[in-house]
Amino acid sequence: MIDLSSSSVDHAKASWLDGVSPAYWVLGVILLVIPAFVSPFVMFQLMGWTFILGIIALSLMFLGGYGGMVSMAQMAFAGFAGYMVAIFGTSAVVTISQGWPWWIVIPLALFLTMLFSTAVGWLAVRTEGIYTIMITLAIAAAFFYFTRQNYDLFNGFQGFNSVLPPKLFGVDWRGPFAFYYLTLFFAVGCYGLVLYISRAPFGLALQGVRDNPRRMAALGYNVTAHRVAAYSFAGLMAGVGGILLTWQSSQISPGTVGISPAIDILIIAVIGGLRHPIGPFIGAFIYVILKTFAVDILVSLGLAGERFQLVIGIGFLVIVFFSPDGILGLWDKLKASRNRDPLTGKDRGDNPL
Amino acid sequence: MRRFANSHPVWTGIIALATVILLWLIFALWPPGLVDVIGKKKVFLAALFNGITLGGLYFLVASGFTLIFGLMRNVNMAHGTLYLLGGYVGFHTANITGYWLLAFPVAFVVVGVCGVLLQVLVFRRMEGEDLRQTLVTIGLSIVFADLMLWGFGGDFFNISPPPWLSGPIETFIVTAEKRSGDLVYMKYPMVRIVIFFAAVVLGIAMWLALNKTRVGMMIRAGVDDRDMLQATGARIQIVFIGVFAFGAGLAGIAGVVGGTFQSVAPGEDIRFLLASLVVVIVGGMGSIPGAALGALLIGLAEQFGSVYFPTYAVVLTFLIMVVVLAFRPQGLMGMEG
Repeated sequence: MIDLSSSSVDHAKASWLDGVSPAYWVLGVILLVIPAFVSPFVMFQLMGWTFILGIIALSLMFLGGYGGMVSMAQMAFAGFAGYMVAIFGTSAVVTISQGWPWWIVIPLALFLTMLFSTAVGWLAVRTEGIYTIMITLAIAAAFFYFTRQNYDLFNGFQGFNSVLPPKLFGVDWRGPFAFYYLTLFFAVGCYGLVLYISRAPFGLALQGVRDNPRRMAALGYNVTAHRVAAYSFAGLMAGVGGILLTWQSSQISPGTVGISPAIDILIIAVIGGLRHPIGPFIGAFIYVILKTFAVDILVSLGLAGERFQLVIGIGFLVIVFFSPDGILGLWDKLKASRNRDPLTGKDRGDNPL
Repeated sequence: MRRFANSHPVWTGIIALATVILLWLIFALWPPGLVDVIGKKKVFLAALFNGITLGGLYFLVASGFTLIFGLMRNVNMAHGTLYLLGGYVGFHTANITGYWLLAFPVAFVVVGVCGVLLQVLVFRRMEGEDLRQTLVTIGLSIVFADLMLWGFGGDFFNISPPPWLSGPIETFIVTAEKRSGDLVYMKYPMVRIVIFFAAVVLGIAMWLALNKTRVGMMIRAGVDDRDMLQATGARIQIVFIGVFAFGAGLAGIAGVVGGTFQSVAPGEDIRFLLASLVVVIVGGMGSIPGAALGALLIGLAEQFGSVYFPTYAVVLTFLIMVVVLAFRPQGLMGMEG
């Protein structure tokens, strides 16, 4: 079972990253062999969660970084996909769940999520800049309150539990090994796809729209269509992340799609950096580590463990205050300062950026 | 108004008809057939009055938000935090001193000072950087939400109004007719009515101050063209600080009002931030009349929604937002462009 999924990851890498930077190969090998050394907790809880949050934050990075539209609704899309899987598939709530086979449920869930995100995108692109954040935040909140109030379809406050992945190829996909490789596969897939699209005509046009919508419109590009399409694609990615998230915790409830998870996704994407698709994964890793261990660290320092939200908030504040581009921005700054000639204060001219 | 009637005869007709129907619904005795269809008149009137007074509260929160955004293009996602802080300050002031009325100036001043600090320490450093302002204020709201949870605890507080305001008063509106022929008049909490009228007076005062005074003229000029105003020699940074302090102070007052109407508790900050976002999206950014209209619409939609279709109450609010965005992206009272 491990061979199967790891070879598919290998394959994906080989076709994408021919002779690209050696950093990718090192990282790839490390990610592939990690399960041999670490505990199931690290694989399932830490790494699996990192990849999932990374995928959802990646969808935000795609919209924000390449499209210039910061959407707070990505967690709502993810949660919507999770809810669709629970409603059409199997769960402990037999009165609502339809129990259809997985090969209908998953494409259907992703398709409906894309419809949802396209509709939201169609609304959100009517506005610009800061209005987009407000409107998508309002939509995410409306979705949260709706799932909490609606008992016919979304089972209200309790949501759905026992939403499990299908036993495909006889593998229990919630086992630590299988789940690690499953999430790794989709994380690498989404990462590669975003990287590919950012260089494909659609991605280049989208970046043009971000930088100067008027000029792109004058050149004959349909600005609105590009933006809405970006929302659809980002919704699809968030949907993939959402289904994995639902499988990981085996439940979906309004708490998953609340306001603070939506803000967390923004925090993850911003901490990592919105300029490169690797950023969200770095941000997700930091976030997961903090979220898992902050309580222990606070307690060991003699402070109250429940102040962990404060630690995350202050960390976020410091990063956005000093480096709007997140960790990646800090990295670039460091590189630039090391490249600066100490005598003249100018670049040495061999800046690889 | 006459210009509107001339240019939009159909809309004027629809609005006039709706007003007549509404007035009839409020003042007439309902025939039994109508009661069978949509329930008792008492429920309807309660939803109407609750919606209008809730709209007053939303107006207090959202007008500060829209004023700050309209003049300075500052996106203050910590506005809900200011509201909650005002609620806590007001609660403790009223508790310690025993004077409910004292809670308002104290909350106004304390939260206004916080607003000044926000403008000087945060927003002035990142003028024109929308996204960074948003992120920093979101970070601030997370930090302060946790600090307030630490400082004030997670309990629900209710600010109780003084005896001369508490309790219901009898209004002149008839809800039903008894068998004996006596008329039943509607009772409604005094404090909500008083606060609503205070909000209306405040709104009118703000409108007058913006439109009839010199400072108001400067603020309006700043909304239209900030650089030009600065070039004419107006000390714009001082105007900015003043407007920010006033907007934040309004949020603080709204916190006291919210604590009297409902309760002060963790999580209310996000609720009221979202409410003010929706209100200004519907009403139009930077417009005081827009905030009033939006607040009224959203307050009514929330109350009628929760009475007549409880499961879909949120969807009604959301639908209003969608319809407005689809047909008037700049908001009902927003400027073009």
